[in-house]
Amino acid sequence: MSICQLLGRFAVTIFVGSGLANSNLIAVAQSVDFHTDILPVLNDRCAGCHGGVKKNGGFRVLSRELLLEKTDSGEPAVVPGDVNSLLLKRITASDIDQRMPPKGHDPLTATETELLIRWVKEGAVWPEHWAYGAVPPLTPAAVFNGQHPVDWFVAQQLAQHNIAPAPPADALTLTRRLSLDLIGLLPEPAVIEQLLAAPEPFAADSPALVNIIDTYLASPHFGERWGRHWLDEARYADSEGYEKDSVKEDAYRFRNWVINAINNDMPFDEFTRKQLAGDLLPNATHDDLIATKFHLQTQFNLEGGVDSEEDRTKRVIDRVGTVGSVWMGASIACCQCHDHPYDDFRQEDFYRLYAFFNNTELSADFLGDEPADADKKRAERDKRWKTLAPLLEQQLTDKNLSDQTQSQLSQLRTVDNSSGITRYLAERTSSARSTYVFTRGDFQRPMVERGEVVAGIPQTFGTLSPRGKTADRLDLANWLVDPRNPLTARVAVNKIWMHLFGQPLAEQPQEFGSRGSPPSHPELLDYLARWFVDEAGYSRKQLIRFIVTSKTYQQSSKVRPELVDSDPNNRLLARQNRFRVEAEIVRDISLQAANLLSTRVGGKSVFPPLPAIITQQTYAGSNKYKASTGEDRYRRGLYTFFRRTAIDPNLSTFDCPDSSLTRSQRDRSNNPLQALATLHNEVFHEAAQAFAARLLQLEASSDSQRLQAAFRISVNRAATESEQAALQQVLAKGRDYYSTHSDDAMALVGEHSPPGLPAAETAAWVTVARVILNTDEFLSRN
Amino acid sequence: MSKSVSFDPLRRDFLTTAASGLGGAALATMLASDNALAEPSASALAARQTHFPAKAKRCIFIFNAGGPSQLDLFNYRPELSRLDGQALPESLLAGVRFAFIEKESARLMAARRRFRQNGQSGMWFSELLPHIATCADDICMMNSLYTDQFNHHPGQLMMQCGQAQFGLPSMGSWLSYGLGTDNQNLPSYVVLTSGRGSSGGATLWSSGYLPSVHAGVLLRNQGPPILNLELPPGLPPSLERSGLDAIRALNEQNFQRMQDPEIASRIANYELSFRMQSAAPELTDISGETAATLDAYGIDRTDPKERSGRVGSGEHYGSFSRNCLLARRMVESGVRFVNIIFASWDHHSTLDRDLSYNSGCVDQPIAALIKDLKQRGLLDDTLVVWGGEFGRTPLGENRNNSRNVTGRDHHPYAFSMFMAGGGAKGGYTHGETDEVGWNPVVDPVHVNDFQATLLKLFGINHKKLTFRHQGADKRLTNITREAAVVEELIA
Repeated sequence: MSICQLLGRFAVTIFVGSGLANSNLIAVAQSVDFHTDILPVLNDRCAGCHGGVKKNGGFRVLSRELLLEKTDSGEPAVVPGDVNSLLLKRITASDIDQRMPPKGHDPLTATETELLIRWVKEGAVWPEHWAYGAVPPLTPAAVFNGQHPVDWFVAQQLAQHNIAPAPPADALTLTRRLSLDLIGLLPEPAVIEQLLAAPEPFAADSPALVNIIDTYLASPHFGERWGRHWLDEARYADSEGYEKDSVKEDAYRFRNWVINAINNDMPFDEFTRKQLAGDLLPNATHDDLIATKFHLQTQFNLEGGVDSEEDRTKRVIDRVGTVGSVWMGASIACCQCHDHPYDDFRQEDFYRLYAFFNNTELSADFLGDEPADADKKRAERDKRWKTLAPLLEQQLTDKNLSDQTQSQLSQLRTVDNSSGITRYLAERTSSARSTYVFTRGDFQRPMVERGEVVAGIPQTFGTLSPRGKTADRLDLANWLVDPRNPLTARVAVNKIWMHLFGQPLAEQPQEFGSRGSPPSHPELLDYLARWFVDEAGYSRKQLIRFIVTSKTYQQSSKVRPELVDSDPNNRLLARQNRFRVEAEIVRDISLQAANLLSTRVGGKSVFPPLPAIITQQTYAGSNKYKASTGEDRYRRGLYTFFRRTAIDPNLSTFDCPDSSLTRSQRDRSNNPLQALATLHNEVFHEAAQAFAARLLQLEASSDSQRLQAAFRISVNRAATESEQAALQQVLAKGRDYYSTHSDDAMALVGEHSPPGLPAAETAAWVTVARVILNTDEFLSRN
Repeated sequence: MSKSVSFDPLRRDFLTTAASGLGGAALATMLASDNALAEPSASALAARQTHFPAKAKRCIFIFNAGGPSQLDLFNYRPELSRLDGQALPESLLAGVRFAFIEKESARLMAARRRFRQNGQSGMWFSELLPHIATCADDICMMNSLYTDQFNHHPGQLMMQCGQAQFGLPSMGSWLSYGLGTDNQNLPSYVVLTSGRGSSGGATLWSSGYLPSVHAGVLLRNQGPPILNLELPPGLPPSLERSGLDAIRALNEQNFQRMQDPEIASRIANYELSFRMQSAAPELTDISGETAATLDAYGIDRTDPKERSGRVGSGEHYGSFSRNCLLARRMVESGVRFVNIIFASWDHHSTLDRDLSYNSGCVDQPIAALIKDLKQRGLLDDTLVVWGGEFGRTPLGENRNNSRNVTGRDHHPYAFSMFMAGGGAKGGYTHGETDEVGWNPVVDPVHVNDFQATLLKLFGINHKKLTFRHQGADKRLTNITREAAVVEELIA
């Protein structure tokens, strides 16, 4: 694949030599590539009026079949091989009233026109979309010639472009990379000291390196790190969302479940089944029920006067959209109102999936340890539920009940929250709801005349074979993780890759449809998808281990200036990537360097200090915020209480998503508010104070030794002379100032002054510590 | 106009990695020159070109969360007074949803306020807004707006983000994305709040799927406006500076090793953070304003004795005045979009008392703002917008069949908003409702039409300011609903 093709969207302009208007002048150099040359033109220039939303003239460009169908004029738009096809006549018409795209739109460029003509002439071939065909069997090992398969696939493309691979990263960099990627923490100083003592570069399969990798994979922090990635996709929050944004005291149980499942390396198929349909598993355990809380992360509107049925349908719609996005990489949420504008998903497909979730309801019970008065509390809840259930039903016809039902729902929540009940999703046992397609997604306009929609998968993927008479959520989950499913494994491994390289192979992890970008290395993506299922049995840890033992993962991330112009986004993987760590990890490693970080795993959410202006933003000041004390003040960022309408700015400033919708890939912004946070915010300043105290308490005889230790702890390498010199200057200025400003010194060191040392000395070291904790290198994964 | 580079969705590539579009040589220059660092150029926020000549360059959007009663403020319906206490014709009620009203016993409720015409244009205002009424000839009143949303948070999302969905960018984010900012030392989009928290909270100034640099930045209106602006206690500015010099020195060495443009961006952003430390407090330092200006805005006002129960505790009159003055100072300094949020106008009951309180709070400072902008020559290209997520119904709210009817329920079918300056047509009233104010009967304006018009004032074709997200070119106005620019609103 050439760079031109790789950067498909630029391909057309690069191609143009001159304005060639006459097709006869075109020399056919090579055959047209449908996905690179044709599909973008159809999508960008035609589908707006001739796609899933608008079907003007009875003409649609969504599939070859549709393209060859008769249009309203009675003539098909395209006859394969026929250069006089209607489509070609219209795009080349000189009469502006005949020409397509019509008046008001730019005509197709000469190149676009020529490509379409050639494509029709060559038979209008429409190869299967890269993501929808069966994942091919594993390439035989012999092909790789002893190379790691990942390296082999990457090398093929590099060789085509005459690019030599990058050198391996040094052992220190690689250890820090592995530590941040696998557990989201800095490597321990002892590990770094060992490496410094024996500076032999690691070989990709050296026992020392494999040992480090396996240690991180077995660490309980692995589940925290990779659990947080999953929580982004699950749109996890500790509050219900919308106006009231009420607190969900039991939300953390889902986070615990995710962390444990990932630490135990629960295979991805099981992980999927439990979250989508844990309640339907035979002999479902308490944990299986907790797993269904995946669906309860959707927002719940408890505003007075809300139509409960409207809000319920919104939740179902969100669940369908989330499943489509997370497992299928499909923006199927579009189809709640209309057929997909660019892909062959119909509106009915959306409601087929909707039907899986249309008969669920909120259940609640004591999952885990029961309190002594459990029965009493259970009875109280049941009583409320019994009054509520008929009200909810009645509300379908009588909207005026909504105030009452919302108030009942709130009371139910209070019972759940205060008595330690855990909510989960279950199938309702009586008065099953029927599913209909909603006209333009409006729950008040079901198309009853079109008949009931039966639960099923999008027609483009065939049909389900349910376990029983009708398909349920467990059948859906089984289909998703069936080894023959073309999407799930591709979508999943693309995201795992993304977390190890800072960018996915297919650039839009939530969009594997025709508008998504094809992967930079399609064969590699397929290989990994197959390997994940066949070789690793859906084991996340095995796949990660497989990838991080490749040279491709282990290469240097130093930018190669000679490639900046030809491959600015490093799609060819001629080096590793370097990038700022995520919001939670900025916090974690700052506290870790300071020796403040609590390493306790799991548990309830905690409350780091927050400025009043944030807590006041909640509805009517409903957020009575009390900062945690003791160990809870220093928990990892993923345990920070997440209130949807008042997010901790230390998270949002560093691009933590707002958990309103499922999110696979975070932004990675670089802005001055981040600098202000790590320079001045209470949390980060305290880290600098404690980091200074830690350095001063080390056994060391000179400033230089302390500065070296500071570097080993924070950026995990030795400091150069000029780096030391820069920090010595800071230290000198600090000593100079604080020797005559003892009040300022006391104020700066706060509560973290080591005993027996003058505050002035500690303060000077705080000024050094904050510099180190603010360097790009500290905040980045190299 | 062909697809403009400035609005090309592909821009995301260099938005998220601010400087990655630069080659090695450019970077060296950038690192060598203080001046170049002063503008992290090629950055997401660099000022950009528009599709049409722009009339408005800056926006102050005063968002009145909760749903202010248009019938008691702007939309004079004498027939409603005549029909006070009568039932609404059956035909109007068919298929209508309410939050709290009991349909059968609901009765029309007259506006208890006197209305009069103002200015040469004869624009109607009720007695609750005497100051704003004096700006009538600069105001473009819209009496025929309608929205799809009935509840607060969805309605607020609809107004701010174009659709009642989460995860979408707000209007301010779109303008920041589309136009950049004229002052690199300040955020391009800021938020000031008064009253109690709104239903939407931070979701109302989210950048959604746009790069997060376009998110609204919540400012405090007293002291250091931006979070984390103050130095840690005990750190003098001289040591902050020497610390930053050291950070820069270390980062430059890192850049020499790694050659990553992101490091150059980080260096630039640390310098910018330092400049913000002086630029931002200047915004809230109003000591240089004349006594006449402070008086005009009513900075020293205290709250009246008759308070509203819907605005939370604390003093709001002075705070709202201050927000209006700060908004002027910010647009003067080149901030693109200022969102003043005031909550709440959700007057289900005690409408008379609570609406008096709210109107009293906002009337004088908003009038002062419009006049101040005008006097400084800023009103021509600064768009001031006043509005909420929906309006209130002509019916009295008889919750639970209560006969003690003192308020109005939500009303999405017809409500009012106004604009001033920024190319909006002054002294013009657009659209009309039926005699009781239930439905628009002349020139209805959907919220998305209003948003398309607002973008047009900024020189932006709402269909062309797009961002590729999950395969679709998303925009402020809903892609599945055809929005139309309301040309009549434009001067």
